[in-house]
Amino acid sequence: MDKQLITLRVNGEVHELAIPVHKTLLEVLREDLHLTGTKHGCELGECGTCTVLVDGQPVLSCLALAVEWQHRDIVTVEGLADGPRPHPLQQAFAELGAAQCGYCIPGTLLTAKALLDHNPRPTRQEIKEALSGNLCRCTGYIKIIEAVERAAQRMAAQTAFAESAAR
Amino acid sequence: MRPIEYASPRTKEQAVRLLASTWGETAVLAGGTDLLSLLKDDVIAPRRLVNIKEIEELRGIAFDPRKGLRLGALVTIEELLDDPRVRQHYSALAEAAEGIRSPQIRNMGTVGGDLCQRPRCWYFRAGFGLLARDAQGRSLVLHGDNRYHAILGNEGPAYFVSPSSLAPPLIAYEARLRLFGPGGTREMPVQAFFRIPQSEEEREHDLRPNEIVTEILIPPPRGEASATYEVRQREALDWPLATASVALQMDGDRVTAARIVMGHVAPIPWLSPEAAQTLVNKTITEDVAQAAGEAAVRRARSLGRNGYKIQLARVAVKRAILRAVQGGAR
Ligand SMILES: Cc1cc2nc3c(=O)[nH]c(=O)nc-3n(C[C@H](O)[C@H](O)[C@H](O)COP(=O)(O)OP(=O)(O)OC[C@H]3O[C@@H](n4cnc5c(N)ncnc54)[C@H](O)[C@@H]3O)c2cc1C
Ligand code: SF4
Ligand code: FES
Ligand code: FES
Repeated sequence: MDKQLITLRVNGEVHELAIPVHKTLLEVLREDLHLTGTKHGCELGECGTCTVLVDGQPVLSCLALAVEWQHRDIVTVEGLADGPRPHPLQQAFAELGAAQCGYCIPGTLLTAKALLDHNPRPTRQEIKEALSGNLCRCTGYIKIIEAVERAAQRMAAQTAFAESAAR
Repeated sequence: MRPIEYASPRTKEQAVRLLASTWGETAVLAGGTDLLSLLKDDVIAPRRLVNIKEIEELRGIAFDPRKGLRLGALVTIEELLDDPRVRQHYSALAEAAEGIRSPQIRNMGTVGGDLCQRPRCWYFRAGFGLLARDAQGRSLVLHGDNRYHAILGNEGPAYFVSPSSLAPPLIAYEARLRLFGPGGTREMPVQAFFRIPQSEEEREHDLRPNEIVTEILIPPPRGEASATYEVRQREALDWPLATASVALQMDGDRVTAARIVMGHVAPIPWLSPEAAQTLVNKTITEDVAQAAGEAAVRRARSLGRNGYKIQLARVAVKRAILRAVQGGAR
């Protein structure tokens, strides 16, 4: 089987890998980089649990070959926390019990992060639309949506605080 | 997935040289949202993938009020949706793009790929071929689960439905499509790109194995009233059951010409001159829109379990017309 050398930048770290070209980004993240936070679901684009961010945008790692995404900025759920400090989304999800079995949560967190990064004050409808590709079979979505709202409020308050401190 | 060779050319000339002249040998890779599924399910097993995403000239949206809109084949569905000029001048297209969910699919999927995606017919996806026949040559669709199959253009031998949500509005606007292959450029109306295969050797597109779609050209806006209406079982992560896109040329309140195209009801996007004709010289009312819906499905026929789609198509046409004159109101 032909292997190819590829360079992937994941969570700010650059990795050089020798992989067969037919491996999906999902497989390379999990099997070669041992970043098993990204989950493996339908494999066909229909559940969203494999979502990662590429240059800040949510994409499905099950439908991408790793070779296609070299030299791009890839973020997985492992890259969400700031060192020991959880991301405000992770904090809010934990506080509100928005994760039940947790299988959908890595993808949901990243999709929600992409939303808040470009729309810090989303409406409930905008949250629903943004998360429409992240299926959850446990929660019924209500707590997930509430957690995104709580994180958005906190992040906005932090930004406001940082701005007033800078003045 | 099976082992495969991979090439990522920088120009369309290089890409075409890397593509074989027979189907099955090589495959074009754009966003991969359909191609990777086809590979994983072993519907196709090419020996080489040609990634076209590094070809710069296939990108970009350009708009000129006199020349119209140019969409590079690699424009993503999200880029299309985010462009205010598309929303302003070609609302039927923006509404169709909006229906394609999830956001992840829209970030990856391209306009060229949307037009070239293969049918969702579950017999085809399970490896029974485009015409879905058993060993004796009998149609599996006619004797099996045809709930999601064609209600128009279903005289056979093809019964799948065209999966593209973007094709109906593009055809309503009389868009053209450009291809590049070993013989140079070919151009045709988007409508002519789709055809009903008559044998397992034929495809549902007028596309050769070593050609790539390079761009889509939409004529300048003529102040038409236009809209798309979709009927879906689920709001996300699925294809529509029936859609209609309409573009109406107006003289004040009066329709002077119309294009009505239904999606997901036939093996090709289904242009209905019969429905359009009922609107000419009329002012749109609920009754007029209803009559156009009736005309659109007059020749429709159930295959046994998909009769309900006739009503959905009728309603989609009616509501698309009403939405067009109400200025995009929901
Ligand atoms: C869960 C889900 C829901 C979806 N819902 C909808 C929907 O509601 N409506 C809808 O329209 N679509 C829907 N889609 C399909 C999606 O829009 C298409 O898969 C996507 O647009 C294909 O684009 P791509 O760039 O990913 O193509 P790819 O997967 O890369 O390619 C698809 C096919 O087209 C060929 N191809 C691609 N680009 C070119 C080119 N420029 N020239 C020649 N051949 C080319 C490839 O060889 C391949 O055969 C859905 C998909 C998923 C997974
Ligand atoms: S239907 Fe209810 S019990 Fe079943 S998975 Fe969904 S939320 Fe859980
Ligand atoms: S595993 Fe990728 S969308 Fe389900
Ligand atoms: S928490 Fe179980 S799938 Fe969402």
